[in-house]
Amino acid sequence: MIEILTSHAFNTVQDMGRRGARRFGVSTSGVMDPVALAAGNALLGNADGAAGIEIQTFPFRLRFQADVAFALTGADHEARLADAIVPPWWCAQARAGDVLTIASPRRGARVFLTVAGGIDVPAVMGSRSTHLRAGFGGYDGRILQAGDILPVGAAPGAGSGRVNFGAEPADVAIAAARPADDRVLHLRVMRAGEHDLFSKAMQATFWSTTWKISAQSDRGGYRLTGGKLTLAAPVEMRSHGVVPGVVQVPPSGEPIIQMSDANTAGGYPKMAAVIQADLWRLGQASPGSLIAFSEVSYQDAVAAMTPVNDYLAKLRATAELYRAL
Amino acid sequence: MSINHRASPFVGVLEKDPKISLIGTLAMLVEAPGAFDLVQQGRIWALADVVSSWPNVEEAVVGVTNVMLTFEQPPDDIGALTAELIELWHRLSPRNSDGKLIEIPVIYGGELGFDLPALVARSGLSARDVIRIHSEGEYTVCAIASSPGFGYLHGLDRRIFMPRKTVPSLNMRAGSVTIGGMQTGVAALSSPNGWNAIGWASVQMFDPQRQQPSLMLPGDRVRFRIDRIEL
Repeated sequence: MIEILTSHAFNTVQDMGRRGARRFGVSTSGVMDPVALAAGNALLGNADGAAGIEIQTFPFRLRFQADVAFALTGADHEARLADAIVPPWWCAQARAGDVLTIASPRRGARVFLTVAGGIDVPAVMGSRSTHLRAGFGGYDGRILQAGDILPVGAAPGAGSGRVNFGAEPADVAIAAARPADDRVLHLRVMRAGEHDLFSKAMQATFWSTTWKISAQSDRGGYRLTGGKLTLAAPVEMRSHGVVPGVVQVPPSGEPIIQMSDANTAGGYPKMAAVIQADLWRLGQASPGSLIAFSEVSYQDAVAAMTPVNDYLAKLRATAELYRAL
Repeated sequence: MSINHRASPFVGVLEKDPKISLIGTLAMLVEAPGAFDLVQQGRIWALADVVSSWPNVEEAVVGVTNVMLTFEQPPDDIGALTAELIELWHRLSPRNSDGKLIEIPVIYGGELGFDLPALVARSGLSARDVIRIHSEGEYTVCAIASSPGFGYLHGLDRRIFMPRKTVPSLNMRAGSVTIGGMQTGVAALSSPNGWNAIGWASVQMFDPQRQQPSLMLPGDRVRFRIDRIEL
């Protein structure tokens, strides 16, 4: 069991998301950085999709009520376990009574805490992710608060393996489309349904603008500022399904990228969609940071997942070797 | 960008193809051609029924005369998949609104139907006429979307159309019976809501613990019955 000691707003239990329930109007929820969750679980020998805690407000403190191995992945941050430093992208052994403190990241937005056996809240509609808007899943359907006690599942291999080793962070190990020069995150996107309805000039604006993620951004979506994209004539779209990563253009002309808690449906023209291989990087982008888009083909978007999958497979294999030492 | 542009027109085309476009590598949107009508909606339901059992299709998400497919893995051959969908679209018969009939008893007006006076003023009808028109209609569930268990209902009488509010009501109760534009609905969650509340019903639209979490499903029919009127 884990006792939450300090948690400000918007920290939640999440897994890879609730799949297959969009047709009931249920958004997927799930972690904003699935590579970080999978990496933490790989370090511990959990299944990729075991639930962890997504921490996006700091400091965050908790007390382990029993001996358990845990891992910290995601944003580059500083953490202390009973006054010893725990590096980021590292797994360590906690003893009963140990307090873990996680400070604000130096870079990135979200830290993921995973534990051997996973956070064992009840699965609802096949997932342990918190659906905040509807108030189910995760811990009682809500954000974590001081005093909450989270159950931990039975560890695979009963935590007997070695800990105290780390992984190369995903954003270091996996080459991005372009290095984040000038602090601009370059994201690869595919064109979406209404791209061609925009004039050539508007399309050029979309591709050439360095967009800023506005303060009105959260797990539901990121609002972008820095340019306006308008249509010569308004387009009436009927309500249709959308997925995280889609870049929609509302009448204001400032694009919105839907993220993990996005509504299942949308009705704004769709300019583009951030590819799966880059969506987790966007999940680590904070309000105020800068992004730019570059176009890739379907084939290139599919191929871009290979380094991500290879990274996770290699990490899992290496972690298994270490745990067996 | 649509991925099914025809390179050259061919003779004997009777009907347009649906528009098919990708949203990234794991989702594909199929939009029926032409104006909204229940026949096109029925064809979308029929298409969704078939493709949901295709391999690699995670689910078929019905919208308003469109359906989004989500995939387990990026499909190998987008061209072949697109061709298959177009062929199926032209071949399938529409599914009728043959779902269950859901009867919803409504307390019209009152504290929770706080926008009824505004609708009366806008429509030029009496409150009792608005209520009669709303409760005499039979509605079809086109799609479930936007929030868990929320049904997009078609069939509202145009005399009681009312645009959505520019400033949403901050905390509308779950069960509120609402009108937004040319649609009516029952709020599934207590949350900010830009639709106009004309009454309230004691029904649970969504329960994640139920085997069938959503009370309404596409193709169901809905009738609102006057339980009580509070003017």
